[in-house]
Amino acid sequence: MDNLLSIVTFLPALAALILLVFLRGDDEAANRNARWLSLIATSATFLISLFILFQFDPQNTGFQMVEETEWLLGLQYKMGVDGISVLFVMLTTFMMPLVIAASWDVSHRVKEYMIAFLVLETLMLGVFMALDLVLFYLFFEAGLIPMFLIIGIWGGKNRIYASFKFFLYTFLGSVLMLVAMVAMFSDAGTTDIEQLLVHQFGSETFSILGVQIVGGLQTLMFIAFFASFAVKMPMWPVHTWLPDAHVQAPTAGSVVLAAILLKMGGYGFLRFSLPMFPVGADLLTPLVLWMSAIAIVYTSLVALVQEDMKKLIAYSSVAHMGYVTMGIFAANQQGIDGAIFQMISHGFISGALFLCVGVIYDRMHTREIDAYGGLVNRMPAYALIFMLFTMANVGLPGTSGFVGEFLTLVGIFQVNTWIAAIATSGVILSAAYALWLYRRVVMGDLIKESLKTIKDMTRRERAIFAPLVVVTILFGVYPAPILDTIGPSVEALVSNYQVALAAADAAVQVAANQ
Amino acid sequence: MLSADLGIILPEIVLAVYAMVALLGAVYTVKDGAASLLVWTTSGLFLSLAVWIGLNGSGTNVAFNGMFIDDGFARFAKVVILVSAAAVLLMSEAYMTRRGLLRFEYPLLIALAVVGMMMMVSAGDLMSLYMGLELQSLALYVVASLRRDSLKSTEAGLKYFVLGALSSGLLLYGASLVYGYSGTTLFSGIIQTATEGEVSLGLLFGLVFLISGLAFKVSAVPFHMWTPDVYEGSPTPVTAFFATAPKVAAMALFARVMHDAFGGAVSDWSQVIALLSVLSMFLGAIAAIGQTDIKRLMAFSSIAHMGYALMGLAAGTAFGVQAMLIYMAIYVTMNVGTFAFILSMSRDGQPVSNIASLNMYSKREPGKALAMLVLLFSLAGVPPLVGFFGKLYVLRAAYDAGLAWLAIAGVVASVIGAFYYLRIVFYMYFGEERDDALDRSKSPMLWGMLMASAVIMVVGVVNLFGIEGAAAAAAATLVN
Repeated sequence: MDNLLSIVTFLPALAALILLVFLRGDDEAANRNARWLSLIATSATFLISLFILFQFDPQNTGFQMVEETEWLLGLQYKMGVDGISVLFVMLTTFMMPLVIAASWDVSHRVKEYMIAFLVLETLMLGVFMALDLVLFYLFFEAGLIPMFLIIGIWGGKNRIYASFKFFLYTFLGSVLMLVAMVAMFSDAGTTDIEQLLVHQFGSETFSILGVQIVGGLQTLMFIAFFASFAVKMPMWPVHTWLPDAHVQAPTAGSVVLAAILLKMGGYGFLRFSLPMFPVGADLLTPLVLWMSAIAIVYTSLVALVQEDMKKLIAYSSVAHMGYVTMGIFAANQQGIDGAIFQMISHGFISGALFLCVGVIYDRMHTREIDAYGGLVNRMPAYALIFMLFTMANVGLPGTSGFVGEFLTLVGIFQVNTWIAAIATSGVILSAAYALWLYRRVVMGDLIKESLKTIKDMTRRERAIFAPLVVVTILFGVYPAPILDTIGPSVEALVSNYQVALAAADAAVQVAANQ
Repeated sequence: MLSADLGIILPEIVLAVYAMVALLGAVYTVKDGAASLLVWTTSGLFLSLAVWIGLNGSGTNVAFNGMFIDDGFARFAKVVILVSAAAVLLMSEAYMTRRGLLRFEYPLLIALAVVGMMMMVSAGDLMSLYMGLELQSLALYVVASLRRDSLKSTEAGLKYFVLGALSSGLLLYGASLVYGYSGTTLFSGIIQTATEGEVSLGLLFGLVFLISGLAFKVSAVPFHMWTPDVYEGSPTPVTAFFATAPKVAAMALFARVMHDAFGGAVSDWSQVIALLSVLSMFLGAIAAIGQTDIKRLMAFSSIAHMGYALMGLAAGTAFGVQAMLIYMAIYVTMNVGTFAFILSMSRDGQPVSNIASLNMYSKREPGKALAMLVLLFSLAGVPPLVGFFGKLYVLRAAYDAGLAWLAIAGVVASVIGAFYYLRIVFYMYFGEERDDALDRSKSPMLWGMLMASAVIMVVGVVNLFGIEGAAAAAAATLVN
């Protein structure tokens, strides 16, 4: 199959089109058809995407399965995967059937709901596969539209505020990236990411309106891209849209947001910021590292005092993304390996945690922690699963959460021990908020009247959690499949980065000697 | 020689003669009996002229000693003008018939306005420029106050006329200065005196006055004050017309004057246009936030869009003109669809333009709401819709011309602007259901235009329907 990537990308969109054009009516039968069609489409996408994994050769650090067609304005439609992106593609296709299955009970405008998620899947897959700057931007930004609607239509009480905040915040972040992309286009004369990766962007210091810009064009471009990815990640202090969006979004929306959308920021750093603007990245690394350290501690503390379960998990996501940025900007093999691993594993774990909240929210229609307590008495299976993912979130050895956190800490320790020390304290804090949450919700006596009749998880809910449990434990015990896949590409990335920095240093030396 | 000249302006002659003959003929019919027929024949004529011009024209032909230029640029603009005018005319028929507004003068005034626009984009001389501009404007003043018994409509017409006359005065004053300091009214003559760095002060003043007059016609800030009132007061089909064809014509004329007459002194006018552009983008984005009337909102939206189109012009390059042409073509397509939607908004047969009346519209008419959603995101410039590509072109043109600050200002304004488009989406999708629902519209024409426009916004991503190459060729004939 020559255009495997396009097939995987556009299969969900095709299903959405079929739903849009052919599905009529909004009775129960139509809703059932919409659900099944979406489930089948996303599952088929996952199965076909397995072929990508089979065909993928980890030893080849270049882009594989590349498709290329001319497009307008000198742009191209170019898709491909490498060791850095292939697992994000898999994560997306893996999560989506679970997301659809988790929204089985949605009864309000089911058809539109499914269309929004299917379109969103296409756009997310496109982000990870696009090998053209503008194509990337297209997918990256377009994802805002379905997510805006998902939060706005199927969200909670304060959904309007959250959806507008989500849209405008992230839109503002990424338009600066658009200008930087235009600048790159003009500088390099191409938007092909493969060529841009080897293009040297100017790093000579110049001044604008009397302000010296050290690192020149690279610094400016790095900042523009950083504005976009930092918001998307989200990094402290531009994370404030995330708790609102998470709390108001429907369960499935939160899962997609936490598991996949947040990873676009990290992916962007690895695809653009580090390899294309090494000088700019190197200059601003201390800033990014300190922001990450602050994020880890600060948002963990904030998570401690939350009264809303989803908000707590949202803040914990921000903290975990702090490890990711820290690992990426440690810019060594362990750090970046760990960052990618952490993103994948956080995809499973935070997705599962939001699903856990969804399970009890569907029963009690509240996310207040105070409204619960002693659930273990009536929901033993739930208690077990929730415990597993709580532990994984804390980073208990044996779960995938541990591997990622540990590797990023190893990576950062070689670069800056202070940051490493601060970040490690975040591990303790995460244990504090996660275990406390678990104790308040699940442990203790069941004294609340309203909880007396609560039912344990249904078979459908258990089926959704089963694959997540498997991967969380599997990759916790045996992380090699992931690390082997990303390893060579990360190694190439790191060595290219070091070479580029050395070259830039040498150029500065030469200029100084003259 | 004369026959060759006449051959070149044959499309304009055909249209003008048609308008006059039809005007005479319609006098002999029963009161407005032929109006409906005239709408159809006029738009049919527009479309066939568009096909004729689009397919037959080749090369650069100059008529009447340089007063009239028929080149690729003019042809591109004419095709866009003719097609959009035809679309708007077809949309207005059902709406106007139902409300007893359809008089036989309406299609004919539109036809005369279109003749004026075709003259404008082909003008090669300050006098033919003014002739085209005034023919267009006078016809438009009249259609603005088409609803004679409505206070708002007559007010709109009068306001438009008074301010329009003022701007014509500015333009004429500028033209006289330019003539005085260059000794000619021909663009090809002016360009020889207006060379980089040697533009005399008088000529510069003339240039600035010319720009002011033209900025009024494209409703760029600070010459935009008439736009919201005229848009709101005029009957909706007329508003739809104002928002489309005349904007293209004025923008094309702007480019024509700047490049044909002052192409040698780009740095002298590029900064002025950049300023107009940045002001328009921000005012359009910010002032629209508080609007509750969708027609007023669209007025501010068009001001903002003109700002982006001017960004392409400010670049002062062939690519900038190409970007501007593409932007205008996309803008017109979006506006036709949006106004098709606005025209279909009614309650108990009465037109409604309050945004709040769209509450939960998606529940009742999911198809139309979805199409409108696509158009709104496209207007906001969110990818992957075609509106985004328009922005991408002008941004690139501005950046390449060294106007990075303008590009940054443009994207920031687009974020602010996104808010009010989202607000309409919010009413349509997130609102609470209310009793005073809008009527279900039954007009297949409006439905078709809305859907076609929305589908173009999505499918156009593939290759923009080849418009890129055409615009590049058109721009190349103007700038060399």
